[in-house]
Amino acid sequence: MNKKATKWLAGPYILWMIGFTVIPLAMIFLYGLTAADGSFTLENVAAIATPEHRKSLFLALGLSLASTVICLVMAYPLAMILRRRNVGRGSFILFIFILPMWMNFLLRTMAWQTLLEKNGVINGILTALHLPSIAVINTPWAIILGMVYNFLPFMVLPIYNVLVKIDDDVINAAKDLGANDFQTITKILLPLSVPGIISGINMVFVPALTTFVISNLLGGSKILLIGNVIEQEFTRGSNWHLGSGLSLVLMAFILVSMAFMAKYDKDGEGTAF
Amino acid sequence: MAHPLIDLVHISKAYDGATVLDDLSLSVKENTFVTLLGPSGCGKTTTLRIIGGFERPDAGTVIFDGQDITSLPPNKRQLNTVFQKYALFTHMTIAENIAFGLKIKNKPKSYIDDKIKYALKLVNLDGFENRSVASLSGGQQQRIAIARAIVNEPRVLLLDEPLGALDLKLRQDMQYELIRLKNELGITFIYVTHDQEEALTMSDTIVVMNQGYIQQMGSPEQIYNEPENAFVADFIGESNIVPGVMLRDELVEIFGAKFPCVDKGFGVNRPVDVVIRPEDIDLVEPEKGTLTGVCTHLIFKGVHYEMEVTTPDGFEWLVHSTDLCPVGKTVGIHVDPFDIQIMNKPESEDEEAVGVNE
Repeated sequence: MNKKATKWLAGPYILWMIGFTVIPLAMIFLYGLTAADGSFTLENVAAIATPEHRKSLFLALGLSLASTVICLVMAYPLAMILRRRNVGRGSFILFIFILPMWMNFLLRTMAWQTLLEKNGVINGILTALHLPSIAVINTPWAIILGMVYNFLPFMVLPIYNVLVKIDDDVINAAKDLGANDFQTITKILLPLSVPGIISGINMVFVPALTTFVISNLLGGSKILLIGNVIEQEFTRGSNWHLGSGLSLVLMAFILVSMAFMAKYDKDGEGTAF
Repeated sequence: MAHPLIDLVHISKAYDGATVLDDLSLSVKENTFVTLLGPSGCGKTTTLRIIGGFERPDAGTVIFDGQDITSLPPNKRQLNTVFQKYALFTHMTIAENIAFGLKIKNKPKSYIDDKIKYALKLVNLDGFENRSVASLSGGQQQRIAIARAIVNEPRVLLLDEPLGALDLKLRQDMQYELIRLKNELGITFIYVTHDQEEALTMSDTIVVMNQGYIQQMGSPEQIYNEPENAFVADFIGESNIVPGVMLRDELVEIFGAKFPCVDKGFGVNRPVDVVIRPEDIDLVEPEKGTLTGVCTHLIFKGVHYEMEVTTPDGFEWLVHSTDLCPVGKTVGIHVDPFDIQIMNKPESEDEEAVGVNE
């Protein structure tokens, strides 16, 4: 196949990119930086400073940060255990672990709703056991739970991917030179898995920061994250200009996060898939 | 006075039911260069990993300087390992790699700095302190791995095929380096390799292993000149292994011809295996030879010619000589008595099974 023909094979993808990424992005910029009459303004972006928007942004930052930390604390030991298994069994555990990811995201989150509801499955069991019922649904805790549940695999995979690449003999060498198990982890394994950790943090933090589905389903109508505010501006408020302006602010956070990843994961070692 | 520093006593090890080491016992004297030599899968690396503490034997005891260290973890053992694929810490500089063991032991900074300088000088890489691991060639990385191990002043250095990944020229240079290091440091080296030439060049003692058993242990000269069985004879160098009958002391019959030899004590009319190295066969005028044959093959190998002489019984004798014998010519075979090595035939089926893998 000659070079020219090969070039054309990228055509469908380029069209797709232009139609569904470049143009929408340009429109977000256009809407975000203009007023209803079409004149240029920074008001839509500056609107993030109003108390209610600021509160939503900080809440979203706080909850996604907390979820990221919880995911990291849970994922690292799990990835270490997966690494230590021999290949066959390790990949089976990984398969079991990734299985829920193939189920629809909405469905999984709605399942938690059913489980956590006031008269839901969990409280039903607790009552049957004569234990006090819990009121987690419609609190920030339920949102964190939903985030951790949905995004945990995205933390495990990149960390697992860097850990499996570390030669057993590197760990043996550390022990051979006198390091105990704790020193081997802090001085060898952790530093070597930084690319995976950074990548995992990004893959959890970014979707958690922008989510509105999890907070809608598990947080009730009273808890508004920045994602919910933007969603409402587009669907209910019909103020596309304000929604786009706030989106641009959120995009800035994502770009910072991505730049951070690019700095620490130059070789793309920590990429999940 | 050299006393045994390491004693492996009746060590057995199996992986998933497959026996790797079977009742292996081995003593290593202080300040010697011991090589575990054998084909892949013979158990040599497992033996080294048991000494290093990375594997626990299923049965048996590891004694180090009179102490039982069988269940001691590697970080508590007074020995260090140089791994096959270097196993350097890629997130550290060269200096940090070398300092790792000393920092763990909380040595003062000035002591560590001196040690790094000394070790880099010893492996001929002065000034490499702040280089990254990735900027080094394979040979240089291997030297750093050695430096990282020896700064801890181990009493034994374990080396697991450390030259396996290097090219031929570098490998030969490193062989001399290792002998020099061993002499300068005055410590015990236990070295694993499948390369018989490497083993013959460097070792004080060679332990030839196959299928979890020690086949023979001795000096390089003993291993080469007096192999105890067909496996050793075949694995170390090239050889002609022929069936013979020991007629009486100092006389062996091969293919009906009587060869005087120097071996005694095999009894009368006893079947044996006879080893004759290709370079020990002299090709002479047919009437002067003990056996006669026809040259059937000739290759120029540089240092010598490699020839095959087929005797009437059909055996093809491998002959190395600087004198050429053209294909088709009838020649006589003569072997000096001291160049003939007599071995007992394998006695049991078990020994028979210890065949040649490579």
